[in-house]
Formats: sequence, C-alpha cells, structure tokens
Amino acid sequence: MNDSILNAIWLTVALAGTTTVILLLLGTPLAWWLSRRRGTMAALVEALVALPLILPPTVLGFYLLIMFAPDSSLGQLWQQLTGSRLAFSFSALVIGSVLYSLPFVVQPLQQAFARVPAELLQAAATLGATPWDQFRSVVVPMSRRSFLAAATLGFAHTVGEFGVVLMIGGNIPGETQVLSIALYDYVESLRFSEAHQLAGGLVAFSVVTLFLLYRSNPEAGWRVRL
Amino acid sequence: MTTLALDIRCAMSDFTLQLACELSLSGVTAIYGPSGSGKTTLLECIAGLRPVQSGSKILLNHQVWQSGDKTLTPWQRDIGFVFQDARLFPHLSVKQNLLYAQRRSQKSTLTLARVSQWMELEELLERSPAELSAGQKQRVAIGRALLSEPQLLLLDEPLANLDSAARNRCIQALRSIQEELALPMLYVSHDIEEICQLAEHILVLDRGLLREQGPLLAITSRLDTQLAHQERAAAVALGCISHHDEAFGLTALDVEGQTLWVNHLPSEPGSMRRIRIPARDVSVCRNLPEGSSILNILAVTLVEIETSGDARVLLRLQLGEQFMLARITRKSAVELDLNPGDRLYAQIKSAALLTEPQDIN
Repeated sequence: MNDSILNAIWLTVALAGTTTVILLLLGTPLAWWLSRRRGTMAALVEALVALPLILPPTVLGFYLLIMFAPDSSLGQLWQQLTGSRLAFSFSALVIGSVLYSLPFVVQPLQQAFARVPAELLQAAATLGATPWDQFRSVVVPMSRRSFLAAATLGFAHTVGEFGVVLMIGGNIPGETQVLSIALYDYVESLRFSEAHQLAGGLVAFSVVTLFLLYRSNPEAGWRVRL
Repeated sequence: MTTLALDIRCAMSDFTLQLACELSLSGVTAIYGPSGSGKTTLLECIAGLRPVQSGSKILLNHQVWQSGDKTLTPWQRDIGFVFQDARLFPHLSVKQNLLYAQRRSQKSTLTLARVSQWMELEELLERSPAELSAGQKQRVAIGRALLSEPQLLLLDEPLANLDSAARNRCIQALRSIQEELALPMLYVSHDIEEICQLAEHILVLDRGLLREQGPLLAITSRLDTQLAHQERAAAVALGCISHHDEAFGLTALDVEGQTLWVNHLPSEPGSMRRIRIPARDVSVCRNLPEGSSILNILAVTLVEIETSGDARVLLRLQLGEQFMLARITRKSAVELDLNPGDRLYAQIKSAALLTEPQDIN
C-alpha cells in the first residue's frame, strides 16, 4: 500500500469523522423539531433534508461550487474570517458532505424521536423534568440504537460519496483526494492493482459496517426511506 | 389545609369545560361524572398539560399557577400525576423510575425504601416495567408520583384497567398513604363504588359543568343530585363494629344506635366502617313487620320524597344524624300515604358493605 493510498484513507476517515460529529450536532435538534411538527413548514424542511437522496450528487456539487467560489459572497466571507480559500479545501468537503449525508442522520433520528410517546414526556414533565431534561433523560436513552445507526450511516455514506467531492474538492492529494476519488484516478491511469485494493477495501468496509448495524437492530425502523 | 382556587375554561370537542370553585382539599376529593364529562380534562388543566382559555385562574394556596399571562409549566407546578396507563419509563428499571422522581424533587423527606414498602414494591425494584402486571405498574406509578413529593396528587382513573384483586391492593395502598402523609389528592373516577371507598369529598361533573360539590356522605344521600337518579343510586353510611356472631357468620354494626347486620368481617369491634346501601334494596313499612326474613329493619323518619320517573319515587330517610335512600313504586307511596315527617321502618335487603382490602385475605 503506497503513501498516496494511506493519505487518501486518512483523509477519508478525517472527513467522515468530522462530518458525522457535525451531523449529529446539527441533525439531532433538526430531527427533534421535525418529529414534533406537522405542517407545510415541516414538510418543506423534510423535503429539503431528503433532497440529497434523489438529486444527482453532481447537481448539489455544482451549486456548492458556485457558492464556494472566491468571488461569491460566501467565499469572500470565508476568506475574511479564516484567511484561506474555501473552494477546493477540506472545509468545503466537510460542508458538502454534511449536506449530502444529512438525510442519513436526520431520518433515523426523526423516526426514533417520533416513536417516543408524547405521554411519556408528559409524565416526565409532571415529575419536574424541564424539556431539555426530558430530552436528555427520556428521548435520548430511548433512541440510543438510532443514534448508533445515524452515526454509522452518516459515516459510511460520507466515505462512499463521489460526485459532490469531485465537483467541489477537485483532486488535491492530502487535501481533498479521498478514497473514491483516488480510486477514480487509478482507473483513469489504468493502475488496476491499486484500484482493486481500494475498491475491495471499500466493499469489505461497507459490508462489515452494514452487517454490524443490521445485526444490532433487526427491526431497523430507522432504515432510510425516500 | 390546602386550598385550590379554580376558574377554568377550556374548549373540548363538543362542549366547554367551565368551572369556578374554591376547594379546601384534605384527604381524597373525588371528581365523578360519566365518561366524556371533562374529568380528565380538568386534571390536565390543573397539571398544566392542557392549555386553558385566557381569563382562567388556578391558584394553589395563593400560589399562582395560572392567571392572566402567567402560566406555570407542568414541571414548575408542585404536582404528582398518576395516569390511567401508568406511563412508566420503559428504558428504566422500577427502581430507576422511582429515583427519576426522587432526584427531581425539591424536598427529601420520603425515602425510596418507605415508599416501596407502602406500595409493596420491594420485590419488583430490579424489574423492567415490561415485566410487570397492570396492577404492579400502577403501584409503581403511584410510588413514583409520591417520591416527587408534590403538594397535590392528581390521579386519573388509576384503577380503571385493573382486575378487582389488583384494584383492592391499590386502594389499600392509597389508604395507607393517606394515613401516613397529609397529601391531598384529586381522584378522577367514573366508578361510584371506588369513590365511596376512598373519598371524603366529591365533585360531580357533567358536560363540563360542576353539578355538585361537598362531603361524600352528604352528597350521596341527597335526592336532588344526578347520583340519586342513577339505577345504582346508593347512600353511604358510617357504622361502628359492635360485635361478631360467629355462629351465623355475621357482624353487627352500630349505626346511630341501631344494629345493622352484615357478612362477617375480620376487623376488631370498635373500628368504623363505611356501608353502601343501594336505594333499590331498601323498602319501607308503617309498622314493624313480624316474621320477616329480612334481618335489617331500622326505625327511620321520612324527610323527603321525590318522583323519579313515572312509576317510582325516591325517599330520603333519616337515621339519627345520617341518611339513606329508598326507591319504591309510586303506587306504594300513594297507598301508604307517605308524607315527610312520617315515622317508618326501613327494611334493608342487602347492606353492601364496602369491601375493605383486608376483608379479602
């Protein structure tokens, strides 16, 4: 295994890990809000969250690329705040991955939260629990399997993304060249033995991850739905 | 004494709950009424689980829970709530469910051990709620509500889903709590017999309106209430066990100086018991009947007559300081020429003594 593969593995793990942490932080309140609301607004937000499931990743990548461009307002704001360019950076990959993997984290959590009966939260409230306390002491422990599922799916899906990364990350080794891009590169340059290592490794990783996940909860009410 | 001042308006699907009263709460106050009369809604409004219309007021001991723009949330109100469906936390053991309440309580006068003993939970502490029977779940739920040490305990038909053995165990537990703690309870039920066993006071609701309110013994013996016009109308009387007749398996109760025989009771002479006397099991005659198979014949004074339906009348009979009801045909009332003030003999076919939990053992 050469350095560039190791680099790509490290970069992919860093990207998926960062993305998963951010997704759990953002996705949990969003999923909670969606699980307790019904109405036009909630339906619209749900549709937006589910969008990456059906949209070609290149479409998302294309719009992000335009938003991240150095002459765009976001790009300029980023430049002022951090002093570095946003387009073709690791940060850009994280933002893209967060959007792209959002449904894989929000949907399992939303379904788990919706299954927590409101009656139990009422009982907790009459025992003196504030809403935050109710969430922490009733909702989270009752949904812990779904948190595991959400984190696993979010991580695995980020590892597997290609189109968005290709559009907004370019192909900079050590900065934006993740596994799926590296694989593409090897195939392009007809280096099939490296391509086999990578592709085989990704298949094995995905099978093992999904197997462990489905074994932990055979009922899998959190399976991603469209 | 706890005072609960209520002025509540809350729209329900087909009528509006509308109730203004000031309640002096001690012991158990029952909220009685047919299904859908607004009993549960009233409890939910008091607990803050259901929004009330503007202008509503709820004050407990002059502490404002609801008034004008101010609304305390359920977790800010010092209440315990026992739901009909127990609502134990499924991810916690019985013990953890109890601790959940204790940790969030402002006071710490009750211990888990004491509450477990009252509610007979010692054997269940390590179990998961899923492994409990309906009766056990409800005992845990009551114990959990007690451990949050509220100023007011609200119970919403806690015994409705239980079989009679589990019911009696819960009633016994609730009684022992009343003896141990000065904790006022608002107890919703549509079962008048359950209420007669537990409550000191009663509120009668119908279609969202408060129809009656007062001491249980006084309300159950009045003619002008909805209770009196139900088929199961019955007065509740208090008696003192005077002696047992082991040979015939009977127990004599002293009710206002007269003797009332009931099935043998294991309790000691001297203890007070409540007796529920169904109106349809009481008949009257002008003279002391001779050679009657009916054991219980009490001298009473007729105080009030009310026609109930075409064929029947309801009599209110005074027995010392207490009252009972009799339902007889209008024909008999006319033939006997009954008038208030008449001295009569009441024959009681069955004095349904309210089952005490210890009677079952």
